[in-house]
Amino acid sequence: MKQTFTSPDTKGYYGKFGGAYIPEMLHRNVEELQSKYLEIMYEKGFRDEFNALLKDYVGRPTPLFLAERLSKQFNTNIYLKREDLNHTGAHKINNAIGQVLLAQRLGKKRIIAETGAGQHGVATATVCALKGIECIVYMGVKDIERQAPNVARMKMLGAKVMPATSGSQTLKDATNEAIRDWINNPTDTHYVIGSVVGPHPYPDMVARFQSVISEEVRWQLKEKTGSELPTHVVACVGGGSNAAGAFYHFLDEPQVQLVAVEAAGLGVNSGHSAATTQLGTAGVLHGSKSIVMQTEDGQVVEPHSISAGLDYPGIGPLHAHLFDSGRGKFLSATDDESVQAAFNLCKLEGIIPALESAHALAGLNQLQLKEKDVVVLCLSGRGDKDLATYMKRMDA
Amino acid sequence: MNRIEQVFKNKNNRVLNVYCTAGYPKLDSTLQVMQALQEGGADLIELGMPYSDPLADGPVIQHSGSIALSNGMTIATLFKQLKDFRKTVTVPVILMGYMNPVMQYGFEKFCADAAAVGVDGLILPDLPQYEFETEYGVIIKKYGLDFIFLVTPETSEKRVKELDALSTGFLYAVSSSSTTGNDKDFGAVETYLQRLKNLQLKNPVLVGFGIKDKQTFESASKHSNGAIIGSAFVKALENSSDIKADTKRFIANVLS
Repeated sequence: MKQTFTSPDTKGYYGKFGGAYIPEMLHRNVEELQSKYLEIMYEKGFRDEFNALLKDYVGRPTPLFLAERLSKQFNTNIYLKREDLNHTGAHKINNAIGQVLLAQRLGKKRIIAETGAGQHGVATATVCALKGIECIVYMGVKDIERQAPNVARMKMLGAKVMPATSGSQTLKDATNEAIRDWINNPTDTHYVIGSVVGPHPYPDMVARFQSVISEEVRWQLKEKTGSELPTHVVACVGGGSNAAGAFYHFLDEPQVQLVAVEAAGLGVNSGHSAATTQLGTAGVLHGSKSIVMQTEDGQVVEPHSISAGLDYPGIGPLHAHLFDSGRGKFLSATDDESVQAAFNLCKLEGIIPALESAHALAGLNQLQLKEKDVVVLCLSGRGDKDLATYMKRMDA
Repeated sequence: MNRIEQVFKNKNNRVLNVYCTAGYPKLDSTLQVMQALQEGGADLIELGMPYSDPLADGPVIQHSGSIALSNGMTIATLFKQLKDFRKTVTVPVILMGYMNPVMQYGFEKFCADAAAVGVDGLILPDLPQYEFETEYGVIIKKYGLDFIFLVTPETSEKRVKELDALSTGFLYAVSSSSTTGNDKDFGAVETYLQRLKNLQLKNPVLVGFGIKDKQTFESASKHSNGAIIGSAFVKALENSSDIKADTKRFIANVLS
């Protein structure tokens, strides 16, 4: 397979990044996925079921909304891709449906997932409830405490939430625990990874399931502007699944500027940040070679972001390649800038964005946008889960 | 003939390899533990380099790694501790760890420094076959280090043969598809080991994961060349006030 931005080589590499750095105990499961994922994903019966669920269950296509007052503020044209209007409130469900359907075709009876903020956990629990499949979600003890509403949602949906007590007790440790579960249950279990991270084929598979975002943007934009191509696509990046989906059908259109906004936390150099491309170096995390935030000794460090969904010390290998090759422009926004951008969107457009998506909005301030520019911004999720954080900031 | 070959030449059954974590239980206990393992009768030592995200390890070994890291253990510190270890330790020593810290240290520099202090081989469970063949294997060989691949009951016969061909020193047979420190039914394990034996591999086979005492060591040895004990020994050192005595007692119980 020829390597392009939209598909890695046969070993899962995008440029220098990717691969499958996994212990032998995972080899059979990962190899099974590698050899079957494309065939299953593009089989007609699968496409039909996937597309029908996206339409009738998730509510796709999601609107592409011209945010007029926000556009006026920046003296340009800003379209919001409303992934927040999906069932369960974020883009995560696109991938969860795809992977659960794929797991069924592989004959798997048990689904495991990791979650940080809880959005991917809720999406996976939702699809498992719909399909009547056992679902176990690993979540760091610290995240269980700070994301109580999503823990309650997962439980109500019938998922078992397993606390990850090792290491720093957050998303990276929940991922470790989920991988260990998969090692210990090699035959009946599928691991639904929530982002474009993990060993090959996960980064490519998740990007393809999320690519429905940019597939819709192209025809929606054509209807609205007469051209399928915007000048900019802006998205937040933690692991990078909504960005991968929003960029996907523009990756090989060099005139479209792809803008990824990472979480700077308290500031890139504050020691409390999650801006992986600025602070990280090449390394291996969770089964792929990418850019990783780590100490000089190669120990993975605990990042910080106000947004639990961006609070991850790595980045998907596709994004590492976009950064390394210069195809993508990488910005970062602090906690404060993102909260301000969220309040700004509420005031101007009547939309409460997720803290993750607020980082993409904050990134707009750093772009020199022209009047004729057409900017598509992926509003990856809604902000209901973040109300407690927003309220604290409003009072302050 | 290197040290690992020598071990299997002298003894092709009941070879005991014991895992310990560098910098655990105390930063400076690494060498003391290794010496005690040798005195107690371990044939090989697998020395674990602690990592923040050890995917293939269970909770006991991960916990020991966390303690070692908070003790201040790093790869650079470990090589300082090992500088003169060959003056007192003669058994083969295999470094076990994960790719990320090794890459960060510099893969070639790591191999060079390991060979210079007298390390015999490497186990890096997340270094895949493809990357070994295309990039890293040649560096490992350049410094005369053995590289030991893992196989599991899920590994196909064809793949076992490929990994055996690439391995030198011995082949590490994971007793069941699980992380370290897990209990599994040993009956199924015996069938699997017998299957490996029938493949007539070029390397000796040591069995790891779930080996914790005399009984499991004996069962594993029945169908292989020996076994690797990890979590059970790490646990035995957890609250040790006399590392030497506790290590010797542990080994004596296994070999009794």
